[in-house]
Amino acid sequence: MFRLTASRVGGLLARRPAAALTAASSRPSSGEVSRPVDMSRPQYWDRRVSPLPDRPFREALSAEDKALKQKEKGPWGQLSREEKIALYRISFQLTYPEMNQSSSEWKTVLGGIFIFIGLTGLLVIWQSYYVYPPQPLTFDEDWRARQLQRMLDMRVNPVEGFSAKWDYEKGQWK
Amino acid sequence: MFRAAVRLSVSGVRGLTRLQPGCQGALAVRCYSHGKQETDEEFDARWVTYFNKPDIDAWELRKGMNTLIGYDLVPEPKILSAALRACRRLDDLASAIRILEAAKDKSGPHKDIYPYLIQELQPTLDELGIPTPEELGIDKL
Repeated sequence: MFRLTASRVGGLLARRPAAALTAASSRPSSGEVSRPVDMSRPQYWDRRVSPLPDRPFREALSAEDKALKQKEKGPWGQLSREEKIALYRISFQLTYPEMNQSSSEWKTVLGGIFIFIGLTGLLVIWQSYYVYPPQPLTFDEDWRARQLQRMLDMRVNPVEGFSAKWDYEKGQWK
Repeated sequence: MFRAAVRLSVSGVRGLTRLQPGCQGALAVRCYSHGKQETDEEFDARWVTYFNKPDIDAWELRKGMNTLIGYDLVPEPKILSAALRACRRLDDLASAIRILEAAKDKSGPHKDIYPYLIQELQPTLDELGIPTPEELGIDKL
């Protein structure tokens, strides 16, 4: 899957300085080709165990945001509820509850497991009909009955094992 | 994880880190390595001093909080109060709210710790004008 042609390498090298110069190197959402993240710059993260990441979530601020940041330098009691939320959302992408929310991914995983086990089961059944050679005749009911009778006639393990469990007088198992 | 469940008692949120009861008696069977063990009060004092630094910078605040939250304990209200004041000195309301969220998250299944923290921190919160996540509605999804 790694078809790294010379032209593609050249393209990557050309794009890397450009990516480093952009203000916020973001991670693309699903479906997009991933761009390299500049790991030499401070990273943003949402992690339970490390609440304050190296940089705020949004660094490119609009004029309103900048005004809000100025207001933040004054008493916080003067900020409205919405302004406080806005300040939080400038610095952080996800709140703790958003970070901690569970997904339904386990259903996909378990479903996929069962589907593949099912397909394997079908494959096994098909194989037992079409791939295996015919059973040896020693598996036939009739053969096995005669084999059993022969073993009893030979007194196989008569003391504690096989024939010991057969009642010869009554002709049945004990 | 299990240590936290055992150690975080209902009665308080001491910075419990190390001392096992068995080590304090004369018949100490298993002790930790050599050296004096820091008491809870010393631990708390050290962290309060850290956050009380007047010219604390943003990096030190982040480093301090990330380290503190990495420990197997919920920080004492006095440590959190010092951290919130450090946020005020740095004009960083978002971090102050984040600290409260992190303290609540650290309590884990012990639902009575966070209300106690807020109760103890209320004077500081009122003084600095810091809202709790509940007041902002960001404690819900």
